[in-house]
Amino acid sequence: MIFKRLFSVTRSLKDSLILIEGSKGQINPASLSTVSAATQIGEPITALVVDPSIAEGAAKVEGVTKVLKTGKPYEHYLSEQVSPLLKQLIDGKFTHFLISGSSVGKSILPRLGALLDVQPLSDITKVIDGKTFVRPIYAGNALATVESTDGVILASVRASAFAPAKEQDAAPIEEISAEAESGNSAEFVSEDLVTSERPELGSATRVVAGGRGLKNRETFDALIDPLAKKLNAAIGASRAAVDSGFCDNSLQVGQTGKIVAPELYIAIGISGAIQHLAGMKDAKVIVAINKDAEAPIFNVADIGLVGDLDTIVPELTEKI
Amino acid sequence: MSNKLKILVPVKRVIDYAIKPRINKTNTGVETKGVKFSINPFCDIALEESLRLREKTPESVESIHAVSIGPSKAQDILRTALAKGADTSTLIDVGEEPVEPLQVAKLLKKVVEDKKSNLIVLGKQAIDDDSNQTGQMLAGLLNWPQATNASKVEVKGDEVYVTREIDGGADVLKAKLPMVVSVDLRLNEPRYASLPNIMKAKKKPLEKLKLKDLGLDSIENRLKVLKVEEPPARQAGVKVENVDQLIEKLKELKAL
Repeated sequence: MIFKRLFSVTRSLKDSLILIEGSKGQINPASLSTVSAATQIGEPITALVVDPSIAEGAAKVEGVTKVLKTGKPYEHYLSEQVSPLLKQLIDGKFTHFLISGSSVGKSILPRLGALLDVQPLSDITKVIDGKTFVRPIYAGNALATVESTDGVILASVRASAFAPAKEQDAAPIEEISAEAESGNSAEFVSEDLVTSERPELGSATRVVAGGRGLKNRETFDALIDPLAKKLNAAIGASRAAVDSGFCDNSLQVGQTGKIVAPELYIAIGISGAIQHLAGMKDAKVIVAINKDAEAPIFNVADIGLVGDLDTIVPELTEKI
Repeated sequence: MSNKLKILVPVKRVIDYAIKPRINKTNTGVETKGVKFSINPFCDIALEESLRLREKTPESVESIHAVSIGPSKAQDILRTALAKGADTSTLIDVGEEPVEPLQVAKLLKKVVEDKKSNLIVLGKQAIDDDSNQTGQMLAGLLNWPQATNASKVEVKGDEVYVTREIDGGADVLKAKLPMVVSVDLRLNEPRYASLPNIMKAKKKPLEKLKLKDLGLDSIENRLKVLKVEEPPARQAGVKVENVDQLIEKLKELKAL
């Protein structure tokens, strides 16, 4: 009896907690990759949802053994409200906490680290063991293998480095009373989300990206959109294209934008600065179309075509 | 308490963004000898935003203080910050070893308390360790509201409105002072320091502190870097002559 209790205590002490993100019944695909990363740590996984509408979906994610849900949603995932809740849940009960490296994850995780006096690991791309992880530094120009000496491991997970978890039979769902609050929070005022019929950039299997070489918004739309549509690809962009107003900020691929690793990445009129490469060089097949044969993008491209994109891109769109 | 802004701008000295870092021979880090260092680009944007807040409503800003934690050479970037318009500065000289965000946040908290800052504007991430943590940690330690990835900052009385870049678009948060704002790339275009201002900056205050001045013996980093490696190199690709060959090659690689 005593033995059994001790055993159950040590078990529960090794569990991983994950925050699954999403809203309106939809789980953020990056959270599915986060569960995959947690599966590699090998301990039972408890999923927390602070938006009850995704609780049932979370219970069906392969690897999740239990779902904790809050009674009412924590609107907009404000870090001042979610971090104290996480602190309360984790303290002494979980050894690992993972969250996706999304804008929500990046906002919450460090604040939680400060509350728990733990140094988190950002954007892990590989699990070596329960304490040791690989993460990219210097815009992906170096990979650091890092061992944490903290009692609790806090990490955000780079979605493009882990395949999304599949479906399973539903795990049990438990409602928790959630009262933790910092009492000192920013307030949500409004939001302006970009609506697109194209797949979401972060999780798309194909990406067509445009850069400065497209010259203006009209050419960007005229050349990139039809090709992306034909390939059912997401649209991406370099910083130059975004800064010049060719498309929305949220489409930027790179060190400071989205990190993607699709099956196919077509870079059109993109020179390939290191900050851009940081966001896409893990794509399986990279195609570069550029008029400058010396552009650095050709050093990472599997297939390169030197020439005028005004003629090449429409021809490619037509022939695919 | 007056509502005047006492802005603190933490700045970091990093390898210049245009340089491709090389891994050192012992695979323990990145080669720093003979490499050009600069102010972290996001820190530069944070400083610029603070200067613009003052230019817009001079009466609302009492002071702008820049602080850096790093080797003694980091005073170069503090001089740059002073030349651009910061009033005063502090260097916390911790030697050559890297300092993790949690420790930086703890040191910054002491500076915040000492300077009685009520608005902290800092970069969203440093381009060397790519952590994107310090601002949020500092906000957590102080129990202040935070707004990350700012693309617009407006101060209205004692409230700060921040437009943030988030996945899929933008949102707006507001909070009462004191607060922490981390800035994104598109917030502004940082200015250059003029030669007369660089000369004048040499006379501006630069306070130098050691860890023991802050009551600390050493930095307690929590993460052990076991090794640093080059990412796997991609196999050399092929160049094709025309669209037909491109499509053929894509099919060969099963990408279509």
